[in-house]
Amino acid sequence: MNKPVKVLKYFFLSLWALIVLFPFYWMILSSVKSYSAYNSEYIPKFFTLTPTLQNYKDAFTAVPLARYFLNTLVFTLSTTALMLLVIILAAYAFARLRFRGRELVFTLFLALMMIPNELVIITNFVTVTNLGLRNTFAGLILPSVTSVFYIYLLKESFAGVPDELYYAAKVDGTSDLRYLTKVMLPVCRPTVITVIILKIIECWNSYVWPRLITDDEAYYLVSNGIQAIRENGFGRENIPAMMAAVTVISLPLIVLFLVFRGKIMEGVSRGGIKG
Amino acid sequence: MEKNNRKGWLYLLPAAAFLGVFMIYPLVDVFVYSFEEGYNSASQSFFGVGLYNYSYVLRDPYFLQALKNTFILVIITVPLSTGLALIISLMLASIEKVRGFFQTVYFLPYVTNTLAVGLVFMILFKKTAYSDGLINLLIHFFGGESVDFITGPYWAKMLVLCLYTVWIVMPFKILILTSALASVEKTYYDAARIDATPRWRVFTKITLPMISPMIFYLIITGFIGAFKAYSDAVALFGTDLNAAEMNTLVGYIYDMLYGNSGGYPSYASAAAIILFAIVLTITCINLMISRDNVHY
Amino acid sequence: MKVVLQELTKTFPAGGRGVEAVTAVNNFNIEFPDGTLVGLLGPSGCGKSTALNLISGLLAPTSGKIFFGDEDVTALPPEKRGVGLVFQSYALYPHLTARQNIAFPLENLRGKDRLSKADIEKRVAEAAKLVQIENVLDRKPKEMSGGQQQRVAIARALVKLPKVLLLDEPLSNLDARLRLQTREELRRIQQETGITTVFVTHDQEEAMSISDSIVVMNAGVIQQHGRPQSVYDDPCNLFVAKFLGNPAINIFDGEVKNEKLFIAGEAVLDVKGAPEGKVTVGIRPEGFVISENGAMSAEFRQLEVMGRDVSVVFESSAAQGRSRAIVDASSASVSGTRICFELKREKVHLFSPETGERICFNG
Repeated sequence: MNKPVKVLKYFFLSLWALIVLFPFYWMILSSVKSYSAYNSEYIPKFFTLTPTLQNYKDAFTAVPLARYFLNTLVFTLSTTALMLLVIILAAYAFARLRFRGRELVFTLFLALMMIPNELVIITNFVTVTNLGLRNTFAGLILPSVTSVFYIYLLKESFAGVPDELYYAAKVDGTSDLRYLTKVMLPVCRPTVITVIILKIIECWNSYVWPRLITDDEAYYLVSNGIQAIRENGFGRENIPAMMAAVTVISLPLIVLFLVFRGKIMEGVSRGGIKG
Repeated sequence: MEKNNRKGWLYLLPAAAFLGVFMIYPLVDVFVYSFEEGYNSASQSFFGVGLYNYSYVLRDPYFLQALKNTFILVIITVPLSTGLALIISLMLASIEKVRGFFQTVYFLPYVTNTLAVGLVFMILFKKTAYSDGLINLLIHFFGGESVDFITGPYWAKMLVLCLYTVWIVMPFKILILTSALASVEKTYYDAARIDATPRWRVFTKITLPMISPMIFYLIITGFIGAFKAYSDAVALFGTDLNAAEMNTLVGYIYDMLYGNSGGYPSYASAAAIILFAIVLTITCINLMISRDNVHY
Repeated sequence: MKVVLQELTKTFPAGGRGVEAVTAVNNFNIEFPDGTLVGLLGPSGCGKSTALNLISGLLAPTSGKIFFGDEDVTALPPEKRGVGLVFQSYALYPHLTARQNIAFPLENLRGKDRLSKADIEKRVAEAAKLVQIENVLDRKPKEMSGGQQQRVAIARALVKLPKVLLLDEPLSNLDARLRLQTREELRRIQQETGITTVFVTHDQEEAMSISDSIVVMNAGVIQQHGRPQSVYDDPCNLFVAKFLGNPAINIFDGEVKNEKLFIAGEAVLDVKGAPEGKVTVGIRPEGFVISENGAMSAEFRQLEVMGRDVSVVFESSAAQGRSRAIVDASSASVSGTRICFELKREKVHLFSPETGERICFNG
């Protein structure tokens, strides 16, 4: 490869890296500028010599950011945990247990993968409203505790575990449940972790359903919180405080990503789906 | 192996129950809703059955606006993001130093909250009383006229929406294409070298056909994803998208369902079915084209 | 076109994480005459594929030179060398038909070498005829058998009339029957085209059966180079002796005293001119003749009938494990537990126990 071509390549790659990183930089930078400093800069400065954490304090006191955070955490963890339980059982049934109608039901399941969320969300909204579950965690969580796609992903992984292991366990008098938890899950750990990570990302960033189902601030998730802050959060347009809130909200997933980046990128490319 | 009928169904029960309530029932119901005329959500009663909801939606200027917006978004962002991702992935594949760093950075938008970074894009593009915003200052610097991208002219708002959408979808595409490129065996390139294959021909005759299944996959999922665009628009222009002329099809559905103009699940259902029909048609066309072009 | 390797060396530098530097090809000095079929033979990891890739130009040597005829091609990139290379995995483009695969190298030609469509078709047809795949030309690789894929790969390598044809483990992906057939085909194709051909294999039978000459390699070093029969008959060291021949050569501990070779205390052969002292003795399985008064005796274990021949399995206190003699079925009348052999002089080789080098003696 000749030199100019190489230089050009690195230039473009760096340019794209800059385009990706700049919004994050700007977010953090704005969040540590004081309100007056920010608003007095007609030409925004690319750095600040007097960083302040006041905006972060504002973000947590002027709006119930901590509450949004806690809600999202509860929502994310319980949805993921419940979903794991449901899909592991289903995947095990499809992969390991034999029962009449298994193939038919599995085909039906696969067909459900084609159904876009937009098509069913309307009735779900009505159902949850009629059940009186608006502004409750149950209403937030229940519709998203199953995922046909994740069942499929897990089933494929389970089916890859050699039958001999199962027969050996059966000969030793192991129950199905015990086999599932002691053999199947440890062997298929990478897939399970992939599913967990993808689901956490999905939950943390979910916006549409929570917006439909909650109008009480006490049940807002971070995404809704951001919208609320944006529209009437700080009483006046306080962009530095807004950026502080946004930074705090984005941070957990970014940290999670940086720690598990290999696993996450592998999982996403294996799962082949968009979050 | 004996059959375990009871046990099998027992294990399936939770999943089946949830899917039944939140997927299969709604699927049937949405069609029912879409044909019920004059549905009143307070009394849960309706006047009659027919196609009125569809004709209402199809004549609703807000729907037509959303349709237009969505189509423009799809037509601009899908080719742009796929092409750009392909170029970036090819460059990534051909370098060795700091490749891991670039890959990590490029993936970041995938894990960030769409709403959150949307706000940052907004303040970068927005023109306010006290500052024109960074992008406008850049435009000034290069001798251009400043534009309010967030509350200004239609094309400017559409431009920001497209740029933000591309920014959001790039990580997934780069990741998929990078792994597709890495999975092309090196011996094919060795064979091509031995045969003195010109570079451009290596790309068009070997690399491109080999990764074509993944490119088509990205185009298909890209189309589907872009047709469902919504939260990116909310992030940039707020929840009242109709007022901003920036609504999307999915946004229209939600607005019909809930919010200031909400309370019309029948209209929402009709719109959702129209959206589904469009996505299905486009996906089928895509699949047909890809069957003719993906060779193995 | 003859191929000459001059002091050719390839060293892979040490990598991170404890990967040591490896000299895969160590000071090769060798000449392959024009129009010959050469087998590069050695155990896996001996550097034979590296040697092939140096000739193809896919790898650049650390030092040394490569000549095609009188032209120094060391600095030439692979695309300028005019070599045909058949990959172990064939590397057929999966999205192209056999015809398109074969035409691929021709379509690359530009400028004055550019070929018309009709010329390309003609050349493809000729190549296809040569390797006898005319009937599968419009199939894609996955619709062909392994043998057919192999032939398409060879046709693709031959179609551009290379100066040198290189094949990397050409038969290893085929099943046993097809392998026999294909290796004869390979010989025929090479003879019809007269192209200097080098192929790599770890299968000594394969190399011996079709090559004009074989090069036996071990750990990056050429052990011996010559006609297959002469290398078999006159191995220059213990490695070569052990590597060639199936069943493998039998190894015994021996000693030379007073120009006689002793195995397990018995004087089994006159070895004039051999220096006194301990030796490693290699005896080919066909070097034994059962004889009641034979000089060498051993513990009889069993007979394995192979049809025309029988294999006599026996144990000697001077050998580790079991030894094997191949004798004519009619002469194999064994009774009792002791068995005695006469040895055929030309099938007995002596090696230095320390270096493994051949020790010569006269009859």
